[in-house]
Amino acid sequence: MPTKPDSTMPDSTMPGSGLGASPIVDVRDLSVHFGLRGGTLARLFGRDAGVVKAVDGVNLALAPGEVVGLVGESGSGKSTLGRSLLGLAPATEGSIKFRGQDLASLSRRSLRDMRRHIQMVFQDPSAALNPAMTIEEAVGDALRVHGMRSAAERRVKVIDALERVGLSPVELFLEKYPRDLSGGQKQRVVIARAIITGPSVLVADEPISMLDMSVRAKILQLMLDLKKDLGLTYVYITHDLASAKYFCDRIAIMYLGRIVEIGPTEEIFANPRHPYTKALLRAIPDPDPGRQLPRDLPRGEVPDAAQPPLGCSFHPRCSEATDICGWESRDLRTIVEAHWTRRSPEEYEAERSLVGDLDHLERPEKSATLGKEGAESARAFLDRVRSEAPDDPMWRGVDMIEDEGSGVRVRFHEGVDPALRRSGGVEVACVLYPEESEA
Amino acid sequence: MEPAISMEASSTDPVISARDVRVWYGTTRGAIRAVDGVSFDIAPGETLGLVGESGCGKSTLGRGLMGLLPPGAKRDGEVWFDGKDVLSMRPKDAYRLRGVELGMIFQEPLTRLNPLLRISDHFEETIKQHDPGLSKDEIKQRALDALRQMGIPPTRYRSYPHEFSGGMRQRLMIALALVLKPAFIVADEPTTALDVLVEAQIVQILNDLRRNFRTSLLLITHNVGIVAEACDRVAVMYAGRIVEQGRVADVFENPQHPYTRELLRSTISLRTTGLNFIPGSPPDLVDPPDGCRFHPRCPEAMAVCATKNPINIERPTGGRVECWLVGPQEEIPEGGTRPLKQEELAVADEA
Repeated sequence: MPTKPDSTMPDSTMPGSGLGASPIVDVRDLSVHFGLRGGTLARLFGRDAGVVKAVDGVNLALAPGEVVGLVGESGSGKSTLGRSLLGLAPATEGSIKFRGQDLASLSRRSLRDMRRHIQMVFQDPSAALNPAMTIEEAVGDALRVHGMRSAAERRVKVIDALERVGLSPVELFLEKYPRDLSGGQKQRVVIARAIITGPSVLVADEPISMLDMSVRAKILQLMLDLKKDLGLTYVYITHDLASAKYFCDRIAIMYLGRIVEIGPTEEIFANPRHPYTKALLRAIPDPDPGRQLPRDLPRGEVPDAAQPPLGCSFHPRCSEATDICGWESRDLRTIVEAHWTRRSPEEYEAERSLVGDLDHLERPEKSATLGKEGAESARAFLDRVRSEAPDDPMWRGVDMIEDEGSGVRVRFHEGVDPALRRSGGVEVACVLYPEESEA
Repeated sequence: MEPAISMEASSTDPVISARDVRVWYGTTRGAIRAVDGVSFDIAPGETLGLVGESGCGKSTLGRGLMGLLPPGAKRDGEVWFDGKDVLSMRPKDAYRLRGVELGMIFQEPLTRLNPLLRISDHFEETIKQHDPGLSKDEIKQRALDALRQMGIPPTRYRSYPHEFSGGMRQRLMIALALVLKPAFIVADEPTTALDVLVEAQIVQILNDLRRNFRTSLLLITHNVGIVAEACDRVAVMYAGRIVEQGRVADVFENPQHPYTRELLRSTISLRTTGLNFIPGSPPDLVDPPDGCRFHPRCPEAMAVCATKNPINIERPTGGRVECWLVGPQEEIPEGGTRPLKQEELAVADEA
């Protein structure tokens, strides 16, 4: 099952992998960007509405027979990365190679042929199945698309696939419609449809998250059985670290389009390095009431991908952030607003008239102005904010506060955007881990 | 039916007492008995977790307590709140109770907030509706207070729902439910639509709720981890009935009902070393199995389980359970304890 970090896997210089055999899927420097349409005015004046970097420079190599987990919150780019493996999300930059062949170089037609070998299992089985198709039609449709004309031949294959996913006796299901089946049965149908073309890679996008707790284990077991029987390679996309721990050989933690930590499952769980990985682990509720731990959760939520934070994307939520993590104007706004949730209404009104609107802080800048009643009162205000949360990591990022105009300008230290680097048995993108020189 | 239930000794009277509550929906196939004789008490400031698979009646029960059922649903039994039976009240009186005394938090906050109204309008409307005597300033102060407690800065008071993130919206919903300081809140899967870290934040908020307010909470969830984290007591629901209830630590460490045990075993946690699941799927509630409704899926079913309804009795360490394995022995007919020969469960019948 899970591979050991150092001993069993031969080392390799290939980024994001610990494998020796030639990879079945090889993703290099992949970026998938989506252009935003913007408002009518912006389009009229030809203003750039910006892009969302759904996947931003990802390297990932899958060894045959491996189970790789892509774990992260919504907006982390894990689903887009999964879809791009099937050519369903066009690569902006970089390459995706399947058995050495670049997907970008393929015509539509050959891309479709290629999809026989990489198939997908979707999150919501009710949405993934056509309600007007019987199970036989739905599962056999993939074969029809790939050119199997004879209905009789298709039927033989459909029966075999349904039996493999445990839907037997098959006769009970062939003529049924999705609405006649339970959630777990529908997901089995979706899996049958995915394996019927004889794929070697299966991308499973949250295959169990819409199912009941009592059913999840069954579907995971089915996927493990299929992997053994059919020699499949899995990409398992999930936000649930607990199932990933059980299911995956290797795990890539994603945040805002990047892989922030990747390594063998055992190592990731035994020694989580990236503060985001640690936060995800702490967030899993433990069903054992005797094991409840005090939680120290990161504040806030996944930021807007169209305007990601400067420096490291995770720094606004990170409790371990240092001076060089990319502090900026928006972080100042967050801390001031948090301060105001702890003030009485009168204090809030008074302070608000001192510093005015904070909307100008929404533009990401490495320095920010504050105050409209003079530098002294602005400094006093900042001191009050600071005295209330002196340990907030943002203060580490403040380089200097100088008088400017009717208030002060807060200058932050220059931030760095950490790249993935080796640390122990894993790779991690965080400044807390100095880059090891390649041996 | 069963005798009235007295929970563990509590110095105060329960905030809410449900007695033999039933809810059923009429369909062309017959009545779906979604909730079928449920009784429980919730003490002031206490959080009761309600867990079970989908389709076992959790949400119907939550809504039934509030009197929020779709047309065509029928209900029976008693829900005592403040000396009055909510279920037998005139609709007008029940309406007055909702919001002020009985609050509700839903799963998807965006569908519960009006996209055309500012947050300020939501709060002002809610407060005015139930407290018409307040001045504009007082209303604003109460609203801002509620928001502040949920960590929403006053600068966002005039924003629209779409300007908030998912977690913020759920905080808004909680603030909106708390602003009238209700004595009892039903939270129906409040974290299911949220990201893991935000889910943990909301669980923490719900956890603080019982410490900082005297609000009692019925927390409906399918996640036993959340129950362990945020609840004082737990009620395990199966096919319209509460099959086991008691203190969380007690029930989870020493489950008496096989369903509770199997539900806990099938949960995938960080300490999972093997996959377990419950064979089969929950029954059709138009025609549930005779006897114990869990017997077709129960690994320890006995002959009596298929024929006779289990009796609701006290758990050995407090709380209630209904399972023939626990007793009462004297009610089990001759030969009733021999293992039940289970019909082979085809995977086909499974979920």
